Amino acid sequence: MTGLRALFQPHRIVLMLVFAALIVWCALSLRWDWIPKYAPLALQGLWATIWILVVSTVLGFLLAVPLGLAQAVGPWYLGIPARVFCTVIRGTPLLLQIWLLYYGLGSLFPEYPWIRSSELWPYLRQAWPYAILALTFSYAGYEGEVMRGAFSGVSKGQLETAKSFGMPRFTIFRRVWLPQAVRNVLPTLGGETILQLKATPLVATITVVEIYSVSSRVRADTFIVYEPLLLLAVVYMIIAGLIALAFRRLERKIPT
Amino acid sequence: MYSNNALSFVPDVAALEEAIRVEDLHKYFDSLEVLKGVSLLANKGDVVAVIGGSGSGKSTMLRCINFLETPSSGKIVIGGEEVATRPDGSAADRRQIERIRTRLSMVFQQFNLWTHRTLLENVIEVPVHVLKVPKADAIDRAHALLERVGLDDKADTFPAHLSGGQQQRAAIARALAVDPSAMLFDEPTSALDPELVGEVLTVIRDLAAEGRTMLLVTHEMKFAREVANHVVYLYQGRIEEQGPPAEVFGNPQSDRLKQFLSSVA
Repeated sequence: MTGLRALFQPHRIVLMLVFAALIVWCALSLRWDWIPKYAPLALQGLWATIWILVVSTVLGFLLAVPLGLAQAVGPWYLGIPARVFCTVIRGTPLLLQIWLLYYGLGSLFPEYPWIRSSELWPYLRQAWPYAILALTFSYAGYEGEVMRGAFSGVSKGQLETAKSFGMPRFTIFRRVWLPQAVRNVLPTLGGETILQLKATPLVATITVVEIYSVSSRVRADTFIVYEPLLLLAVVYMIIAGLIALAFRRLERKIPT
Repeated sequence: MYSNNALSFVPDVAALEEAIRVEDLHKYFDSLEVLKGVSLLANKGDVVAVIGGSGSGKSTMLRCINFLETPSSGKIVIGGEEVATRPDGSAADRRQIERIRTRLSMVFQQFNLWTHRTLLENVIEVPVHVLKVPKADAIDRAHALLERVGLDDKADTFPAHLSGGQQQRAAIARALAVDPSAMLFDEPTSALDPELVGEVLTVIRDLAAEGRTMLLVTHEMKFAREVANHVVYLYQGRIEEQGPPAEVFGNPQSDRLKQFLSSVA
């Protein structure tokens, strides 16, 4: 943190004034009169973005743990499929995965009457389950690779000590191996979560209404192009900042 | 022998109860035979020091006792209970070996405190999550144990912020927290700076004085002579000589032991 005295240097004051002027100019000369009308929709979109992000990262991480474990120490019949999954996910564009799931799987399901008549159909005919699924797979693919390294990286001595005290295998995993693996890759996971946030606009292409799609809607309705995008950038930056902050606090809680 | 209880004249058999028995232990690493038939007996209250040059197999022997290394052949009996093994030497019953391990706590050369937990959390980890002791009780006891090794003021500190000596003392507190029937020390001072060795030896000396059963692999000959009541000298995977410390150190029989003792003196 820079001290207050250090902030009041001539060149810094100038820069701060320039920045303040820029914000004032944006506020005064650009058009913001559309905001009140679209605020409810924007809030709904913001909520959808956050919700999709949280669900897909949590589910993706839960999937990444066995994927990483299988690759790090699993037998070949688990390790190879896990590696193939991670390679395919990481080797293909996310947009393609979203479309394959939505237009492929999504158009396959209605062909089967038993699916159409099932309890799940009201969900399966919507777009968001496919969005969540694609983003979950994507996060799992990348983090599966990260967790592979994380599990291998936990020192043998730490696990051996747990074993020497008679800890059952699953307790060792839950109490020592997993927490240490996760702690070691927390900085990476934080970065990847921000990347995941910035991947969410892709689901707008399959009609999911999230914050990016709201800005497109404003543009289409009002022909105002620049302002909604500017606001959108600020929103993403704030969310990204909050994620970074949360991960930094988590990291600081446990020193390496 | 009689128990301390003045009202009882029952012979104190506990004093002769066996704690650790190793019979004809062999260990191969691939084709290299590291242990060539080691047999050892530690009764309750014994402090057995295992000495020997590097590569003599002392650490491997210690690690075979709690099956951190799988013995290639031989018999391990802990508190009268033989560890069941498969034909390949590995422990046959996971539950049994896990239960036996909780009675044998180990102190490692590299301390191996769990780095993601504070000292207190390290000490209560096994009691709470393996032995299912109520957490409040475990915490009370952990404070007492940390106090005993002079670290209660560091209870909420992470291991990385402590000196090697402090970490090893905390590791000993952790080993005591499971109330072990015997303790295995694997060169507990070898990774320490010379000026930190003393504080750890003091703690171990206290444990010996209170009659803890200990198997101690060590390079500290003076210390071994002082605390042990039985000394075992390993040479190339065999017990070359063993006996009371006064004899092993004061009147070594084999040339190898003589040479070893003069080289470490």
